Amino acid sequence: MALQTQTKTETLVRVENLRMLYPVSTGIFARARSFIHAVDDVSFDIKRGEIFGLIGESGCGKTTTGKLLVRLITPTSGHIYLRVTQDPSTDSQGEQFVDIATLEGRALKEFRRNVQMIFQDPYESLNPRMTIFDIVSEPLSIHGIGSVYEREERVAELLSLVGLTPPESFLFRYPHELSGGQRQRVAIARAMILNPSFIVADEPTSMLDVSIRTGVMNLMLDLREEFGISYLYITHDLAVARYMCDRIAVMYLGKIVELGPTEEVIQNPLHPYTRALISAVPIPDPTVERQPIEIKGGVSKPIDPPPRCRFYERCPIATERCAQSDHPPLEDKGHGHFAACYEI
Amino acid sequence: MQAAPTFKPAEAIWRVRLQLFWRGLKSSWAMFAESKIGLTGLGIIIFFAIFGALWPAYPWLMERLAWTPEELEAARNVPYGAISSIYQVYDPVTGYDPLIPGIENPTPPSRRHPLGTNQFGRDILAQLMASTSSEFMLGVLAALITVFIGTFIGAITAYYGGFVDTFFMRVADVFILFPLVSFLIVLGSMIELTLIKLAFVLGILYGFGQITVILKSQALAVKVKPYIEAAKVAGGSHFHVIFRHIIPNLLPLSFLYMMFNVTGAIFSEAALSFFGLLPGIKVSWGIMIDSAHSGGYILGGRSFQNWWLWMPPGIAITLLCSAFYLVGRGLDEVVNPRLRKR
Repeated sequence: MALQTQTKTETLVRVENLRMLYPVSTGIFARARSFIHAVDDVSFDIKRGEIFGLIGESGCGKTTTGKLLVRLITPTSGHIYLRVTQDPSTDSQGEQFVDIATLEGRALKEFRRNVQMIFQDPYESLNPRMTIFDIVSEPLSIHGIGSVYEREERVAELLSLVGLTPPESFLFRYPHELSGGQRQRVAIARAMILNPSFIVADEPTSMLDVSIRTGVMNLMLDLREEFGISYLYITHDLAVARYMCDRIAVMYLGKIVELGPTEEVIQNPLHPYTRALISAVPIPDPTVERQPIEIKGGVSKPIDPPPRCRFYERCPIATERCAQSDHPPLEDKGHGHFAACYEI
Repeated sequence: MQAAPTFKPAEAIWRVRLQLFWRGLKSSWAMFAESKIGLTGLGIIIFFAIFGALWPAYPWLMERLAWTPEELEAARNVPYGAISSIYQVYDPVTGYDPLIPGIENPTPPSRRHPLGTNQFGRDILAQLMASTSSEFMLGVLAALITVFIGTFIGAITAYYGGFVDTFFMRVADVFILFPLVSFLIVLGSMIELTLIKLAFVLGILYGFGQITVILKSQALAVKVKPYIEAAKVAGGSHFHVIFRHIIPNLLPLSFLYMMFNVTGAIFSEAALSFFGLLPGIKVSWGIMIDSAHSGGYILGGRSFQNWWLWMPPGIAITLLCSAFYLVGRGLDEVVNPRLRKR
């Protein structure tokens, strides 16, 4: 059901072989011997105005991927190319790809105008000692944009944009005076105030009441329509992913195992893990009998994974080949639908 | 979905901020006022503040309330010619009452000396009042320095971690285990410890110790909040994150520990003065007890015969120290929501 209204041809973000290894600490002086492969050789691209979903269970590396894309953490290796305008006065012809994986100092700060993040917990992502005005205008003051009155005007504009009207009644209130949905709208306003081209949304609705989730999701879709923002939408909720995303990627232990248009992946899952994930979604009809897909065991930690398919231990269709060869690469199975499995 | 038609700010921002600050103060006061111990402590502090502030008016008051015209006349005429005020020649803190023969000192409480005089003829009440402001200044200054250091170092160690953290935590260990009294004896022999110097020394000694560890643990809890990450994503520097996000969230706790540190500083001064280790300080409550002690008036079962020598400063120290502690306990309920009854 994802909205397919714009022609999304222009690639905005291209991620190539992104890898994030965390050393498992063994002591102060000993060099780390083991690494958690939080994000392991992940590649995908996001088009302008596209909502790209990243789904998977806890600990599969979705949040780490999101934080890498906004450079909250620096990747171990790999590239993140972002199309940025070199000169604000020129149009899209003046844009070029910049590898943000290695940016530092001033260049990194400049880059941060283009990419923002919305966090999962609206109760913890707003500083309780700051007013809504201070919170939303913080990026402006960090980048030294505008006078105090211009900022106030801009914040008021943004607040009415995210549906907090009238803005005057919200400007000088504290986060604890607001509901969860209102707080998340404030967080969205803060993410929007620098006019970013790309927003990483890390499960923005998972902490909200079901009754106000749709409101926040529709707001994000409206902002996409109006400003052509691209999202990386991280979620574990397939229904949310189906509502929001144009394309989704399924992650398992730091690897993307399946990637494709949302409807295609959900209607026609290829990878055994995706199938299991989709079969776990309850159907609100007691008469429907559904054959669950058998997978064994539980999710483990990707500490120094052996060179075979990451899903081998739990896979119902694993063969000798899966144990012998390295983790399978993402292969095109038609219609832009990619899966990483030797057996399909 | 266009923006609101030309937003007109209702009021200037600084005015709004002032109102917010005032509102926050009022709601904090409402919470604080619920705790009886906090109010008790505040009451005692206000009492001592007025008590100390009245010191400049002491001669004026005493001449009108305690001295009879005949006594004033007699005192004026004893050694000197005609003078306007007896206190021009009689300093109650360091001098002696011209009408009391030296041999009679210490005298018990009387009309002209409500709390008596000590063995040198010095008025106890006058000494008590004269010391109050410096006790306040010492306590508050030392606590401010302590909390300033603790907040800053705590925030920095929590934020940067690694080597900075290890270094300042080992420094804290050293300062916690520091033999304060022995150190001050040595220091007092090297430099003349005045009130200000003592406040700085105490502030630094306490500041790098316990309070850094306490505030660091609080800062660690603040550091992992997503709003810190949000500030970093927006491009905030380390400086920005520490001063805009971490320290403001430490301040309530810092303020709370400031109250406890006032107690510690006043108590330390009293203890050190009692041992006669602070020659740079001429009059203080601790020195009053010390002079009673060194005069031999609180030894050999004679303490209660000469109770006015040591009881007023002793009670003053106890009351003021516990008052700041009680205010701290009251603030604790404002700062730590878990302690609130509701």
